[in-house]
Amino acid sequence: MNGIMLTLTGVCALIAVSVLMFILGYLVWNGGRYLTWTFLTHLPAPVGETGGGMANAIVGSGKLLLIAALTGVPVGFMGGVYLSEFGGKTFPFMVRYTADLLNGVPSIVMGIFAFTVVVLPMGHFSALAGGMALGAMLIPIVVRSTEEFLRAVPLTLREGALALGANKWKTVATVVIPAGFQGIATGILLSLARVAGETAPLLFTSFNNQYWSSGFNQPTASLPYMIYIYAISPYDDWHRQAWAAGFILLALVLAANIGARLILSRGIRVARG
Amino acid sequence: MGGLSDSAVMAQTSEEQPAIARAEKAASIAVPKIRVRGLNFFYGQRQALQDINLDVEANKVTALIGPSGCGKSTFLRTLNRMYETVRHTRVEGEVLLDGENVLASDVSQLRRRVGMVFQKSNPFPKTIFDNVAYGPRINHNHAGKMTLAEVVEHSLKRAALWEEVKDSLHKSAYALSGGQQQRLCIARALAVDPEVLLLDEPCSALDPISTAKIEELLFALKDSCTLVIVTHNMQQAARVADMTGFFLLGRLIEFNRTEIIFKTPSKKETEDYITGRFG
Amino acid sequence: MASTSVVLNSGTRPPSGGRVHAFLARLKRGDEIAHLITLIFAACIFALTAGLVFELWRNSALPRHQFGWHFLVTSVWDPVFDNYGAAPFIYGTIVTSALALFLAMPLGVGAAIFLAELAPKGVSNGLTFVIELLAAVPSVIFGVLGIFILVPIVRTDIEPFLHKTLGFLPLFQGPIYGVGFLAAGLVLTIMVVPFIISISREVLLAVPPEQREAALALGATKWESTWKVVVPYARTGIAGSIFLALARALGETMAVTMVIGNDPKISASLFAPGYSIAAVIANEFTEATGSLYRESLIELGLVLFVVTIIINALARLLVLTTTRRGTAHA
Repeated sequence: MNGIMLTLTGVCALIAVSVLMFILGYLVWNGGRYLTWTFLTHLPAPVGETGGGMANAIVGSGKLLLIAALTGVPVGFMGGVYLSEFGGKTFPFMVRYTADLLNGVPSIVMGIFAFTVVVLPMGHFSALAGGMALGAMLIPIVVRSTEEFLRAVPLTLREGALALGANKWKTVATVVIPAGFQGIATGILLSLARVAGETAPLLFTSFNNQYWSSGFNQPTASLPYMIYIYAISPYDDWHRQAWAAGFILLALVLAANIGARLILSRGIRVARG
Repeated sequence: MGGLSDSAVMAQTSEEQPAIARAEKAASIAVPKIRVRGLNFFYGQRQALQDINLDVEANKVTALIGPSGCGKSTFLRTLNRMYETVRHTRVEGEVLLDGENVLASDVSQLRRRVGMVFQKSNPFPKTIFDNVAYGPRINHNHAGKMTLAEVVEHSLKRAALWEEVKDSLHKSAYALSGGQQQRLCIARALAVDPEVLLLDEPCSALDPISTAKIEELLFALKDSCTLVIVTHNMQQAARVADMTGFFLLGRLIEFNRTEIIFKTPSKKETEDYITGRFG
Repeated sequence: MASTSVVLNSGTRPPSGGRVHAFLARLKRGDEIAHLITLIFAACIFALTAGLVFELWRNSALPRHQFGWHFLVTSVWDPVFDNYGAAPFIYGTIVTSALALFLAMPLGVGAAIFLAELAPKGVSNGLTFVIELLAAVPSVIFGVLGIFILVPIVRTDIEPFLHKTLGFLPLFQGPIYGVGFLAAGLVLTIMVVPFIISISREVLLAVPPEQREAALALGATKWESTWKVVVPYARTGIAGSIFLALARALGETMAVTMVIGNDPKISASLFAPGYSIAAVIANEFTEATGSLYRESLIELGLVLFVVTIIINALARLLVLTTTRRGTAHA
């Protein structure tokens, strides 16, 4: 029985892992094949023509992430500082719980929210709306990760600063946050990687654009959106480009994840040592 | 000095009231640096200190000994109000620093005057220089005669660490050894020029050589600072302290000159502890 | 507030005055201001949640008034005649999520047991790392793989096989398309398994070691102690992880949209194309020109929001109780 179940559960784990390996392998093989310099530097070709690239979508994704970071990170960070450093008992529990619930809200619903709050009043799709939808998704993630990494800062450091006559907010600003900074930054990187791949909140906020969009007030192309549109299109050339774009998106997301996790495992060892 | 040894055996019950009266009379002649009267301390419902009365004399080393959990560290933390980092604590009584009530004063001001070194060395994850400069920087009190660099150098010299780190001031404090880290924490505390320095078992995590260095340091610091040290190591108290207080179960059992505590203690509990019959 | 009550015994100031004084002192030093500022940011979480509810509610007024509760059970979706009912989408969402959970539950819990209890530490850490990466793969990528790899396999191999072996069940009858409930359920399975694994594993690791040792000391084998002691101890938390996976499956948009077939029909067969709530919002929102049309889609969003919030709230409580109990013992 022991041996059988060991094998059986092991097979379960193996299946899960092999799925990722398959996804990776297939994307690298297929996406890498179609990835060209033109793809990275050119605008999409008009419908019916082959060639072209997704340069505007790559830049567009960067723009959306920038807005998301600007709107979501400060709120999440300060909220996390509150939970870890200033909170009492009941209210922080409610904040934490609500953050977890907000984190579980389907991303398409966040898209609707951004649509009613930003797109409707402005009257048109824009990078701003898409970025704010992603920013709203960032907030609960950043709150929780910031809190976690600040809590990991040893109490003795806080005491050291307080004993020198620093008051609470100076202690937090000059000792606790710098000590937890690496972890917090890594957490933010992870959360950005997560929203970078989101498509659903962008469908009716930043929408799409076949051309360059200037500023933040116009509809904007983004990598996930282009992958979606190209993958469900009937053209083989677009399918190939969808693979290439998928390869880039996955590579960026996984690189951020692997990097962050490596930094974290190293950082934790330093803190304990 | 004679008045002090009288005040040292502090009254716990009402029949010994005259002792307080005498102590206060003596104190009016030689004012103690810190005067504690009727101090009670509670963690929630649990009482951790009971009616502590004690005088800390200026420019002396005062040691507090006793078995773990006896309240000596709690007592130390009332002197600079570090207990406030723990929730649901309550203090009754008086702690006077130069006659001024510590419990009612501004806590940041208080902690600048009463520095603290902890059991586990806790350098900040910054450079050696920034660690020492931390206090002067946040308190903006390096604007006097000395530059910040001079304050840092002076403090490191006072902590007997300067020679070892003068070429690596801008390296991480975590690169130092355990004993050096603890002396760095002492230098950091000294940089704000405290009048009193509290040390909470500063050597418990250190090897004998580092311990000896810190004990030497305490002797040297006595001239410029009043020192209160909590230690679980009786030999250490006997070596470094002028005055020693023995705590047991939240009470100050006996407080007197160190040689008296260790040679002719007046209370049986003290004798039992000194001779190793418990604890 | 993290302040301590300091009772002053100096006689010069009553305790309450002391507290006010202490508050003023903290205010002057900036602590209270910092507290207040961070508190305001933390409260943004509530504002955001409240705003979300308010906007969804406000912008779905038309269909709520026009259709009432019938909206949920009507199976007509007709933009031409402005008549909307959510039943086919609710049905599609439930069927695909149920299918995904049915497959992902044994797979995920099994893998979690292996990683937490049976595997050597190095193997466990390595595999967990990979599985957490799997959880980070964007859903649109799963959609692409679904369209180009999974759907062809479902059409040529899985569905004919199921039809041949289990064809007597209504679930596995009818014409074969490839896209449909089955394909969507399979993609969702792959997407939620990492969630079940990583949370269940955490919950299992939080079971205090004494529980295992007690069983082992009584002569139980490793598997017996795991299955009879550790898993029952962690069952609330594991249930929580499954609910979290369910909430995610219900709300998943892109991957489902790309493989479910997008046909608002209620069919008994898993082979048939269908539609889900998230998918219809994704597909039709930008085309919804009439107010009633758009607000009906928003009401669908409201339904999805309410359902996932309730499931999430339940799941978080379950996970919280188990991990707390575990750490309290440890």
